[in-house]
Amino acid sequence: MSLTANDVNKIAYLARLGIDSQDIESYAKDLSGILDLVAKMEQADTVGVVPMSHPLDQTQRLRADQVTEADRRQCFQAIAPQTEAGLYLVPKVIE
Amino acid sequence: MHKLSLSALAAGLRDKQFSSVELTHVFLSRIKQHQALNAFISVTESAAVEQAKAADLRLANGEAGFLTGIPLAHKDIFCTQGVKTSCGSKMLDNFVSPYDASVVERFKQAGTVMLGKLNMDEFAMGSSNETSFYGPARNPWDSERVPGGSSGGSAVAVAARLTPAATGTDTGGSIRQPAALCGVTGLKPTYGRVSRYGMIAYASSLDQGGPMAGSAEDAALLMQVMAGFDPKDSTSVDQAVPDYGATLNDSLQGLRIGLPKQFFSAALDNRMATAVHAAIGEYQKLGAEVREVDMPNLELAIPAYYVIASAECSSNLSRYDGVRFGYRCQNPADLTDLYTRSRGEAFGQEVKRRILMGTYALSAGYYDAYYLKAQQVRRLISNDFKRAFSEVDVLMGPVTPGTAFKIGEKTSDPIQMYLEDIYTIAINLAGLPALSIPAGFIAGLPVGLQVIGNYFSEAKLLNIGHRYQQATDWHLQSPKGFE
Repeated sequence: MSLTANDVNKIAYLARLGIDSQDIESYAKDLSGILDLVAKMEQADTVGVVPMSHPLDQTQRLRADQVTEADRRQCFQAIAPQTEAGLYLVPKVIE
Repeated sequence: MHKLSLSALAAGLRDKQFSSVELTHVFLSRIKQHQALNAFISVTESAAVEQAKAADLRLANGEAGFLTGIPLAHKDIFCTQGVKTSCGSKMLDNFVSPYDASVVERFKQAGTVMLGKLNMDEFAMGSSNETSFYGPARNPWDSERVPGGSSGGSAVAVAARLTPAATGTDTGGSIRQPAALCGVTGLKPTYGRVSRYGMIAYASSLDQGGPMAGSAEDAALLMQVMAGFDPKDSTSVDQAVPDYGATLNDSLQGLRIGLPKQFFSAALDNRMATAVHAAIGEYQKLGAEVREVDMPNLELAIPAYYVIASAECSSNLSRYDGVRFGYRCQNPADLTDLYTRSRGEAFGQEVKRRILMGTYALSAGYYDAYYLKAQQVRRLISNDFKRAFSEVDVLMGPVTPGTAFKIGEKTSDPIQMYLEDIYTIAINLAGLPALSIPAGFIAGLPVGLQVIGNYFSEAKLLNIGHRYQQATDWHLQSPKGFE
């Protein structure tokens, strides 16, 4: 399968990932190569095969609905670029 | 001191032949002397000396555990409180973790001394350590060659004896492959055996931390600390941890070894096949039986891996958006610009490639063809292993297709690079444990033997590795200049 530069731009937008315009063709070539490699999976007969999402087929363990963590807000805010009155400040991005 | 095993170091500390502070200075000095290897991203010299002083106090007071006072270093993927945790990326270049990963915490409680954080491929994506934001670590057996990845810094540091042991992580072979290329012992445990809490996620259903050391015996000592249930990790398995040291000397008489015929196809380099067969011959001398097993879906492991790992990475790395985590670009025009430029400026090429691949595989219209199909193929591969383990006790084969390659040799061709993990990836898909042990040299470069076991058979794998290392001395060889 061959991806075009336009395809790469669309995927990059979906991923919110900036890519230099001069690298687009190179990504298109690399991704097309990887998709050709991936296409080998088509040779496997997977009709009725149960997908394996967890190596040990375990389900997510749940914990009791109780507070167990200590309040570490100050510790976490100490490494934030900007905070004020216990809140995180982020760049203004909505006009 | 730097050549001693962990047991010998522990005995030396107990017998007061040397103190932890003296021992720590030996390794800090070697790290400085061999900076050109670029094995470390951060060296925590003053903290290490303080930890060593505290360890000496514990030793003097009779409060020490087995590993108290022994220096080691962590792959920079493990969060370390108060110390930079970069994951080999510009994205986290300024991240100082406010907490310790469970693995790090366990080693702290055991009284070990942390020398620093080790170089790695960016977000553990790579097979050569060339994708690190901090530049490639260099293989001590030939500094023009890669150490393998992604735990390349860990393998280099252990091989050059800059640390007695190290932690690593393995998503598609990232402990075993660099261990093989650098001539050290590396264990990828069963998925869920070692806590993933505080281990920066790449592909959550595949990632697993493990030990890298000079021998299987040393790896067993590390596993005793690392392994075990962690309520903080929802993928951690609640199963008793055996005494890994107790069975190291068990007899291998009657051990049934399976050789997957797909591992020994015509594509395998002749010299590699010869070295691996010679190692298997040693096991026959120790009383093991060898037979061929057929695992027809193994060749689909790489395609399935690159869909699953990429899909999981695109999801895991979405948190690095310049707001919640990581590097933030300057003067964003709007929210999309903030996300896009922050991620674009801070991620390297290989990470971007995998995010793009994963985003594509999960996008509308392609999910069934790629992600669902890959998870079904993963089941077929897992079933191959189940069938094999109904016939044999362990599987053996090569770790890598060849020895360490030249820096830059494969960077322009991602597919060539991905094929470096051809013998290791299937094990991660199935969640099995596997050991890489030094098994010879080709033209002066180390060769690894891979031993794959059934779920939670780490003690058996370490026993198998240890018995081989009693019969051979490949693991005792040192690269020239690092003796």
